[in-house]
Amino acid sequence: MLLQLLVTGLVVGSIYALVALGFVLIYKASDCINFAQGEFLLVGAYVSLWLITSYQVPFLLAIGLTLCVSLLLGMLVERLVLRPFIGEPVISVIMATIGLSSLMRGIIQLFWGTETRIFPDIFPQTPVTFGGVVVSQVYLWSLGLAILLLIFFSLFFKFTTTGIVMRAVADDQQAALSMGISVKRTFAITWAIAALVAAVGGILLGNINGVNSSLAHLGLKVLPVAILGGLDSIPGAILGGFIIGVLENLAGGYLDPYFGGGVKEVMPFFILVIILLIRPYGLFGKEIIERV
Amino acid sequence: MDCGIFATSYREDMAVLFTPAAKAKVAVIIALFLVFPLLVNDYYTSVANLVAIAVIGALGLNILTGFTGQISIGHGAFMGVGAYTVGVLTTKLGLSYWAALPLAGFMAAMVGAVFGIPSLRLKGLYLAIATLAAQVIIEYTIMHWTGLTGGSAGIVIQPPTLGSVSLTNDTSFYYFAFCLTLIAVVATVNLFRSRVGRAFMAVRDRDLAASVMGINLLQYKVMAFGLSAFYAGIAGALLAGYQRVITPENFTVDVSIQYLAMIIIGGLGSVMGSVYGAVFIILLPIGIRAAAGFVGAFFPDIQNLLLAAQTAFFGLIVILFLIFEPEGLAKLWNDVKNYFRLWPFSY
Repeated sequence: MLLQLLVTGLVVGSIYALVALGFVLIYKASDCINFAQGEFLLVGAYVSLWLITSYQVPFLLAIGLTLCVSLLLGMLVERLVLRPFIGEPVISVIMATIGLSSLMRGIIQLFWGTETRIFPDIFPQTPVTFGGVVVSQVYLWSLGLAILLLIFFSLFFKFTTTGIVMRAVADDQQAALSMGISVKRTFAITWAIAALVAAVGGILLGNINGVNSSLAHLGLKVLPVAILGGLDSIPGAILGGFIIGVLENLAGGYLDPYFGGGVKEVMPFFILVIILLIRPYGLFGKEIIERV
Repeated sequence: MDCGIFATSYREDMAVLFTPAAKAKVAVIIALFLVFPLLVNDYYTSVANLVAIAVIGALGLNILTGFTGQISIGHGAFMGVGAYTVGVLTTKLGLSYWAALPLAGFMAAMVGAVFGIPSLRLKGLYLAIATLAAQVIIEYTIMHWTGLTGGSAGIVIQPPTLGSVSLTNDTSFYYFAFCLTLIAVVATVNLFRSRVGRAFMAVRDRDLAASVMGINLLQYKVMAFGLSAFYAGIAGALLAGYQRVITPENFTVDVSIQYLAMIIIGGLGSVMGSVYGAVFIILLPIGIRAAAGFVGAFFPDIQNLLLAAQTAFFGLIVILFLIFEPEGLAKLWNDVKNYFRLWPFSY
């Protein structure tokens, strides 16, 4: 049982890591949290599903198109909703993204309704066994993708001009502006990337559970992941995803009989409160010490 | 701006109702509210009851978020604590509703204060996330402590009675809720003329500076959380008394977001703004439904579209207010008043 729980935790954690990556990217560049991340996930899942089932687009092409749509959506959202809030108090930005999540959820429901839709089989359905532990192949794909994206973004932030520009903007917007960096353009790129990562997560999750609007709740559920890893650390998001995934599965497996079920849902938030009290900047986050 | 006023003492200068005209205006408004249920049918009275409950909750959140600057996404859960306190005390311990009502407030205040303790170290975004965690944990407790809360089935309570009058019908409940709302508004207005209220605002404007001026940050932040949750608890208890059945879906994170929307649309840091915002958000779905019914007579397709678009509309309005009028309806209303007062010389 322990091994099964551990492995399930790891693979679920890889999806958390993917979604948390979107949070971290946006926070890194613009110091704000996107409470609508779950809706970006949903858009990715629905668009790809719609392309595949209604238009019989081949799978890879459909994914490519979905990623393009997500990129555009991210830029559009940044331009229309987030840009007026540059330099505004943090409560306005938080509320704006909360409003954005309502807006997007409403529009998604208009288009696709609320019932659960099932993805056609894309990944091979035969589960793989590792030493007696059964894992479905979708999970392996998400694990691989998470690691791939981790490597990609680590290199991206270290070596490309765009990545360095994004780091500069995150560090100090005014200083970045005075160096001739376009902060607005950087924000647009950030949101586009975040939407893209979310779409990947959405497609994978859609393959596991089917697509309905409850998928968007994952956007809130990965907040503990992002905080645990440190809001501005990409390796932190990935590691945090694995830790939370494993912990919640272990807690679910061992504590559910005592608390009447559902411990899995609330465990990440317990962990969250504890982290916030002990190490608010998380495992790898930038330490900002302020004494009052 | 009113002319011909010569206050001769500090007390007069600080009065809430400055002029005889203002006093008369407030008296007229209160009188209008008192005759309101006699003029309209039960449906509108029931809407007014929901608005009154929302006003109390929004006032509480505005004390915390608007005046003290501590954002909270856990307000719905604090209302739930109040409602379930009433439910448990009246059904399990047999207390009367009137004894349970203040206890509900205190219980919520205690829970709120506990979750407010992290606010000393956490700011802005992190605090928002901490309160979100409070929301999730409280919601989970309500759903899974079935022995106490009845889980998803909820608790059914007896209707509160006052003497021989049972508050089952909308009109009698309206007067009760109206009195409480009036008390809440007056108490909040006065709070911000007091030492405590000023300390709250100092904390909001710059907590370091407030601390230097001798304001004990932990004490005042926790107090703000407690006070805000007290209002929420009372609002929750009222909702319990009004609906007489307490179920978890009245206190979800969506409710917390609705309350945040109320104070943002009404006006952060404005007492009357909380009232306007509560009225606006409660009436919004009703208005949309009415509009849909009206349009539906001509275009049946658009009717369904409008109904489905409620969530989207809510989000859109929040965003538009944040972008174009961050100070909310309170500011808009003042602008309108000033326009007419200064007309035709708008400078």
